[in-house]
Amino acid sequence: MTGVEESTASLEARGVVVEFATRGGTIARALDGVDLTVGRGEIVAVVGESGSGKTTLARTLLALERPVAGSVLVGGTPLPHGTAALRAFRRTVQMVLQDASGSLNPRQTVYESVAEGIRLHRLAGDEPGTTEADLVAGALSDAGLRPPEQFYLRYPHELSGGQRQRVLISGALALRPQLLVADEPVSSLDASIRGEILALLLRLRDELGLGVLVITHDLGLAWNIADRIAVMYLGRVVEAGTTEEVLQAPQHPYTQALLSVVPETRRLEPVVLTGEVPDPTNIPSGCRFRPRCPAYADGAPDGEAARAGVAEACRTVPLEVLPAHSSDAGRDHLVACHLRRPGARLDTTPSAVGGSSPN
Amino acid sequence: MGALLEVRDLTVSYRTNEGPVPALRGVDLTVEAGEVLGVAGESGCGKSTLASTVLRLQPKDATVGGEVLVNGSDVLTLGWGDLRALRWAEASIVFQGALHSLNPVRRIRDQIAEPILVHDPGTSDDEVERRVGELLEQVGLPRARSRAYPHQLSGGQRQRVMIAMALACRPKLVVADEPTTALDVMVQAQILDLLGGLVRDLDLGMVLISHDLSVLSEVCDRVVVMYAGRVVELGAAAEVFDDPLHPYAQALTGAFPRIGDPRARYAPAGLAGDPPDLRTLPDGCSFAPRCPKAVDACRTAEPPLVTPPGAAPGRRAACIRAGEPA
Repeated sequence: MTGVEESTASLEARGVVVEFATRGGTIARALDGVDLTVGRGEIVAVVGESGSGKTTLARTLLALERPVAGSVLVGGTPLPHGTAALRAFRRTVQMVLQDASGSLNPRQTVYESVAEGIRLHRLAGDEPGTTEADLVAGALSDAGLRPPEQFYLRYPHELSGGQRQRVLISGALALRPQLLVADEPVSSLDASIRGEILALLLRLRDELGLGVLVITHDLGLAWNIADRIAVMYLGRVVEAGTTEEVLQAPQHPYTQALLSVVPETRRLEPVVLTGEVPDPTNIPSGCRFRPRCPAYADGAPDGEAARAGVAEACRTVPLEVLPAHSSDAGRDHLVACHLRRPGARLDTTPSAVGGSSPN
Repeated sequence: MGALLEVRDLTVSYRTNEGPVPALRGVDLTVEAGEVLGVAGESGCGKSTLASTVLRLQPKDATVGGEVLVNGSDVLTLGWGDLRALRWAEASIVFQGALHSLNPVRRIRDQIAEPILVHDPGTSDDEVERRVGELLEQVGLPRARSRAYPHQLSGGQRQRVMIAMALACRPKLVVADEPTTALDVMVQAQILDLLGGLVRDLDLGMVLISHDLSVLSEVCDRVVVMYAGRVVELGAAAEVFDDPLHPYAQALTGAFPRIGDPRARYAPAGLAGDPPDLRTLPDGCSFAPRCPKAVDACRTAEPPLVTPPGAAPGRRAACIRAGEPA
């Protein structure tokens, strides 16, 4: 048991492609080549709009979707296919869902909810300190539900929203995972409770060395807790780097637009993109963001892309898949945009967000 | 005539098996034409009760006191005929959760036409068609979408349909209850732009309800912050957001960090304690049990909503310590 816990497990997606068949018989490419790594003790945020593929990425990393190309690696080993091996994997990587009220069985007590995973994985022993009750108590305390005994016999409806979310996190922690995948962990919570849950994720990272992948559309959340950010658009990572790099000096026009509509960033001129993320059955040629890109501006001759001499490339040349950077080389700020490639004539006037300094 | 909407000492209490639950405990507010009033607060603060009571849509088990004046007539005492005339044509509501509020088996056109036909049954088909097309364009949807069913639209488009319905009978007052919750940031920005534009172009008065104070600070002229059924702070939107006076408003603004603020990096701000249980509110200030600044005096009497010493005129807070230097 301890051997597994002390390995430096990381969760890695390499060139992952996931497709779904639509009812019309066409193929929707929800992930179109994604590289991403979450290291031990690292919090990585994946941000983007609905339809960007961020939830599909989370599901694929949890082996709930099988990629048609590429692979998912845990601690450097490809995900197993067999049921027994997958079970061991699921202990290592646990998921926290967004809707705590809908994810807990309303007829199960807190104790039963948390003990379920322990029984499934036969983790409890006879020695003092390793019994089922000990493990449940430990997980509840780790998630800030103290004293744990007080919560054993309570039902979900007797708990506040923040407490329910903590119970879900306890259920995940009870298996002593090395990585957590959290899909919008606070989006259904009230503002005043949100901070507590985020602080909990930070503490778990610091105290237990958990790696955490947070799926969110909330850039403020990323600023609060993430070490690194990957911005997704239509099945690809379009920008990745440290949180400071991506949020304070965003390079991709999509990231810049996302940041500009966060209400708190009032110093920025809002760039409200029209429309929504397009249908993944029909990914635009060239740059996938082109149809909504304010720099391409529908190919206008005075658009930023045209002036930089890359408008033709935006239309026709697909962008490369951004490589996942490991945590120790975490300095590199990557962007998939023709404007940011060598050879583009860059505007000297910084665009919307460019010039803000870290302090 | 006074304000477009005037709410005076509004109280709403729900009868339950465990006794009465006070959802609103004396709320006063006004909205003028061309003004957006924001209402901020968390689950259970009474903001959705406020939204439904303004149109007398509160559930049957609610006991209501006080007055809700829309253009001078008290919604709470109107006869049914007058109330029907007032709903949609004088004041309308955009509910949260557009997915569940639209009828899944009826075309968008028919749903938008419904209030028009209810209010003016003699409207010709051509006229209805023209008006529906006009409304769709007003909310940024192509006329051709009128034949679509709700499931053929995205979340943002459905919310636009809800707004078009609310505008169908040319009301002067629109209540929007969490119109952007569950929408993406970009779609949220689109909808907020749309609402702001409509208020300007049509000189609407709007009550915009949200749990997110930062959203309100973008589009509202004034905001009120509610806690446990009372208004605890009121003032110009930008002032409340930048410099909240009430400790609860301070916690709310702190929960949404400013990106780039080094103080918020790796330091998510929260508020300890549980949300208030309306059945067993404490004596004195209902926020006191969670308040970092509470003193003994806070636990004896509920503080009135007043302009604290040194605060700008028009600002009010229900906190005895609001005027003190930080």
